Amino acid sequence: MSDYVFMEDRRYAPTHEWAKVEGDVAVVGISDYAQHSLSDVVYVELPEVGRVVEKGEAVAVVESVKAAEDVYAPLSGEVVEVNEELPDNPEWVNEDPYGKGWFFKIKMSNPAEYEELLDVEAYKKVVEEEEH
Amino acid sequence: MSETLNKTRLYEKHVAAGARMVDFAGWLLPVQYPTGPIAEHHAVRKAAGLFDIDHMGQFMVHGEDALPYLQAVLTWDISTLQDNDAHYSLMCYDDGTVVDDVFVYRRGKDYMVVVNAGNRKKDLRWMTQQAKGYDVQVTDVSDETYMLAVQGPKAEAILQRITDIDLSQVPRFTSAAGRVAGIFTLLGRTGYTGEDGFELFFSADEAEHMWDAILDAGREDGLLACGLAARDSLRFEACFPLYGHEIHAEIDPISARLGYFVKTQKGPFVGRNALLKIRLEGPKQKLVGLEMVDKGVPRQGYPVLIDGEPRGHVTTGMKSPTLNKFLALAYVPAEHSALGTEVEVLIHGRAKKAVVVKTPFYVPVYRRKNQS
Repeated sequence: MSDYVFMEDRRYAPTHEWAKVEGDVAVVGISDYAQHSLSDVVYVELPEVGRVVEKGEAVAVVESVKAAEDVYAPLSGEVVEVNEELPDNPEWVNEDPYGKGWFFKIKMSNPAEYEELLDVEAYKKVVEEEEH
Repeated sequence: MSETLNKTRLYEKHVAAGARMVDFAGWLLPVQYPTGPIAEHHAVRKAAGLFDIDHMGQFMVHGEDALPYLQAVLTWDISTLQDNDAHYSLMCYDDGTVVDDVFVYRRGKDYMVVVNAGNRKKDLRWMTQQAKGYDVQVTDVSDETYMLAVQGPKAEAILQRITDIDLSQVPRFTSAAGRVAGIFTLLGRTGYTGEDGFELFFSADEAEHMWDAILDAGREDGLLACGLAARDSLRFEACFPLYGHEIHAEIDPISARLGYFVKTQKGPFVGRNALLKIRLEGPKQKLVGLEMVDKGVPRQGYPVLIDGEPRGHVTTGMKSPTLNKFLALAYVPAEHSALGTEVEVLIHGRAKKAVVVKTPFYVPVYRRKNQS
């Protein structure tokens, strides 16, 4: 497997989003593997603050040179903040997918859902499968 | 699955260089290298890029009737081609719709016609059919001919290092023959990027040698190998059509705003009557440039709304790397094609505002006045 970055301090959805918990809020972005597959990101569509989302629901769009891909909410809850500077700086998704390239924050309605997400080892297996 | 796809002679080289390969018109080609489509695009506009375009087709047309035959089958006035000239043209069906867009190179009394990869078989069948009654041979030499493009402001300086042809004496839209990297080559000062540059035709057996020689010669100038994604963004900014998007078998070149290349006054040719009619009556739809007012990426097939109703569609759209704007080419009803017309593009279920703007978005450098 090429040298993708996997952060140990967060969990992952099989659809390549990551969620990092900070109190009762989860920050969400896409993984290094995801940004690499997309190649150059040119735009992102973020959800509106206040929107109530369900785990697994398509809530954002990441546009690369070649295609538009849905970004799914890894957890249920309310969108309390979005990365407002991201649409003007889409390259952050490629350059810093776990930091500056974050998409939105969800106030979790069911924190137990976090444990249902994949840990780093389980997510690495998902990536290995996909690469073949 | 890849057994059914064609590979160019440089396939292994591209894979070794870390390129992402995709199926384009039945060929496995690099869509990008690890550099990425945006960096590759910028390299072509600022330095130079090298493209493997061997998938394209080349036909030789020779015989006593080569000229009258091509006059009959192409929309451009081929009689205006001097020896060594090269020119863009369309080839149309009887009803004026497009068979293909091509480049014609005159070499003495013979001509070479370069066609799109996806249309190669269709074009050969069509051209052979149309050749009946003419003393002419149309020969498909694509398999033995390799085609590469070197494009960008540094293209001439880079190639001059490895050729005996005096490139300063080869104007735009002409060709010359000589040796490049020791290999016998026909080169045209032509291209699909809007930059200065050359397209090279040589024996397919020499593909690897030529590729390596150009990469070496261009390294110090920042030449990059470029894939199909960059090729598309470059041609899009210059508003060059791509068959299957802006032109296809259900649209005529007048609606596609390529009327300049349709010389109805030259005399009879296939499609002339239909095209004359469209010209006189005015096309019902027109290809226009759109600039997004609301941000979003317009893509092929997305509906264009006029007063909330779907009345047109996007043919190609993207975030333009050089202009840093979200732009599209789209067909709209002729009565809504004026500059400044406000429309909307339906993107992921949201109607986003756009406005009709002037094209080309990026004026090809060889078309600019006051160029030193």
